[in-house]
Order: sequence, then structure tokens, then C-alpha cells
Amino acid sequence: MGIAEKIISGDIRSVARLIRDIDDNVLGAREVLKDLYPSTGKAYVVGITGAPGVGKSTLVDQMVTHLRGAGKTVGVLAVDPTSPFSGGAILGDRVRMQRHSMDEGVFIRSMATRGYFGGITQSTRSAIDVLDAMGKDCIIVETVGVGQDEIDIVQSAHTTIIVLVPGMGDDVQALKAGILEIGDIFVINKADREGADRTVNDIRLMIEMDEKRYKDGWKPPILTAQAVFDKGVKEILDEIDKHRKHLQSSAQIQPLRKYEKARNDLSEMIKDKIIHDVLDEIIQSGEFEKSLQLIVKGEIDPYTACDTIVSKKLKPGTK
Amino acid sequence: MNQKRKIRVLVAKPGLDGHDRGARIIARAYRDAGFEVVYSGLHQTPEEVVRAAIQEDVDMIGLSSLAGAHMYLFPRVIELLQENGADNIVVCGGGIFPEDDIFKLKKAGIKELFTPGTPLDEVVKWVEENVNPRGS
Repeated sequence: MGIAEKIISGDIRSVARLIRDIDDNVLGAREVLKDLYPSTGKAYVVGITGAPGVGKSTLVDQMVTHLRGAGKTVGVLAVDPTSPFSGGAILGDRVRMQRHSMDEGVFIRSMATRGYFGGITQSTRSAIDVLDAMGKDCIIVETVGVGQDEIDIVQSAHTTIIVLVPGMGDDVQALKAGILEIGDIFVINKADREGADRTVNDIRLMIEMDEKRYKDGWKPPILTAQAVFDKGVKEILDEIDKHRKHLQSSAQIQPLRKYEKARNDLSEMIKDKIIHDVLDEIIQSGEFEKSLQLIVKGEIDPYTACDTIVSKKLKPGTK
Repeated sequence: MNQKRKIRVLVAKPGLDGHDRGARIIARAYRDAGFEVVYSGLHQTPEEVVRAAIQEDVDMIGLSSLAGAHMYLFPRVIELLQENGADNIVVCGGGIFPEDDIFKLKKAGIKELFTPGTPLDEVVKWVEENVNPRGS
């Protein structure tokens, strides 16, 4: 049996190893992904994002329990940051999800950002495809704890959930232009804390002011929860279900989203490939080092050096 | 375009032992050495440890034990790795072990055991010398 068939039949070890290969940029992984692609597109993908410590992992853990109770199989991709200094990472999201580790219907994988800035990893898109192909009904992607602008998850998820906690006050204002625009559902977690009502109101005001956002008929609901006590979690899943039905019901939304996703996936893939292939080659060429020396000596400016190198690379034969 | 593979490690505390300060310090040292460290928390059964290791596709499992149950827990992890065809994963241990036990545990397949007082550099260096990220 080939690797792709093993994965489609649900072989955990093959799945785990392929995700590693994707992460490590092993060439063969791409071929397997090509074989898997026809088996993808069945899973429902939910993205969970929010600042560090708002309770994303705890919420995911509870959601997994509910989904399992409903007979759904679940894949979890949990992203934690890579150290910019050592390149190492501590991936601690499993700690909150321990109780699912013996459940055959749950596959949990921790991933490190490895310098990628979108809140997920460069490999997340492909890892979702792998879990999808292995037959998981629902895939939950927990982003790294994000600030304002890490919104890549929205391109991969059908439903994106923004988790907030009370007491962020002015931060909420600051969040306005980035992450808050991508939420399909807002969850105010740790809602027993002081200021929960105010946070709900802040978000509500923001949504009300942003009418064009829900011209397709979906106005993001705001829910309160205490994930650690399993309070409000069922309601979140109900809203996810409603959102899913909303996406499916509209004849216009689906093809549009499919097109947008394909467009984004393809352009990202081309970008990755070009960066890997071309940049590697340029950096390894003597020209790169030579230009560096000239810049350091002040004999050339980096803009000119860049234009020269790139135009040579992209249009061979011209100067 | 092949970048260097990263070493992935699972740091786990099997059994009813609640002292994870050592495990956390080791995890941190591994992180600073550039490894990706999955930390799975306290009170794990050997079964849970092995499942996590397989799902995370790690190259090594570091088991921490300070409560004296290592003679059951550690060999059981080795056994389960073998049963699951994952015995390429290197297992080492850290904690308090009598001399005799160290000998027996090594025989059972634990590749190295670190006792209190071992410098962190040594623990990290051992991994670099004894664990190959898969396929390299």
C-alpha cells in the first residue's frame, strides 16, 4: 500500500510522518499531497484564534468532547510559537487535551510556527488536507496566540471563532482593524470575570457599525462562555452548525468562497515555492555575498543591489 | 530546497508523579537547543505517552520520574513502542534511579538515564549525538 492509501485508510503513523515531512519541506511530501487531494474537501474546518491565554486550548478540548459525543471524528492542529533565537519551540497545547489522547477518533498534532507570521504555520494548509483525507469529520485549527494582524486562518477555515476575555478594554479598540474583522463567531471566554458585559457590548457595537461585513446574511453572534467549566460550549457548537448551514444554503457564497480559497491557496503555494527555490539559489550564489560586501562598504545601496540581482534572476539574458 | 530537519522531542511524565519542575527545565533547555518540544503534562499512562509520541512523530521521548515507579513505567513505554512499530523512537529518562535499576532499564531499552546533578549542556549534547531527526 502506498503512503496516500495508508493515510486514506486512517493509518495514524503515516499521517503523523507525512505532516512532519510537510513541516520539514521534504520533496516527496508534495507528491503524496497530490495523491491525497482528490480525497479532500469533506471535513468541516473550524479555526479558533485569539490572544495568548484567553482559553483557546481549553475551548478546543471541550469542543472535542462535544463533537465526539455527537459521533464525529475530530482532528486538531494546535500551533505554538517558535523561538526566534534558538529555532526551538515548546508545544504545550496537548496539556489541555490530554483526556482525548486514548480516543481513536481524535488526532491531535502540535505544530511550531517556524518563523511564519500568519498565526498558523506554512504547513497548516497542507496538514488540514492530510487530516481531511484521513477521514476526520471536523478539523479544529488552534492558532498561535495572536495580536492584531495574524489572520491567515480565515483562508483555511469554514468558520472562524475569535476568543476574547473581559478586561481588554482599550485593546479591543486597537484590535478593530485586523483580527476582529475575520470572526464568524465571537466568544467572550472567562465570562465570570468582571467586565464581560462591557466586552460583549464593545464587540456588538463594532459589528453593528460594520454593516458591509454581513451583507451575505451572516451577522456574527457574540457568545459568552466559561470553557473550563464547559459552560457555553454547546452553544458555540450550535452556532458553528448554523454558520455551516448558512454557507451551504446560499448558492452564491459557496462558489465564491471556493474560488477565494483556491485563489489564495494557489498564490500562497506559488509564493512559497518561488521563495524556496529562487531565494535559495540567489543566496547561495556568489553574487549575493558580493553585493553584501559592497553594501557594507557603502559602495552600493541595497535597492540597486536588489534590483540587479532580481532582474538577472527573473529575466536571464538581460542585465 | 531541503531544509535541515528539526529534532522533535516529547517530554512526558508518566505515572502519578506530580513533580514536573525538572521536566519543564529540561523542556526549556531542549527548546533553547533548537528542538521542537512537545510537552504533554502530568499523570500520563505509558499508553498515552506512546500515542502522543506517534501522533506527534517525535524522534525521542524523554521520560521524567521522581516517584519510584520507573521500573514498570519505562519498560512499558518501550514495549508499547515496539508493539506499534515505532521503536525507532529513542527513549531516555531523567529522575532518581538506584544504580541497579539503571542497569536493568538500559537492558530494557532505555537508551540513557540522567540523574540529579547532570548539567543541562550534557543532557542536550546527548540528544544531539544520539538522536537523528528522521531520515537524516
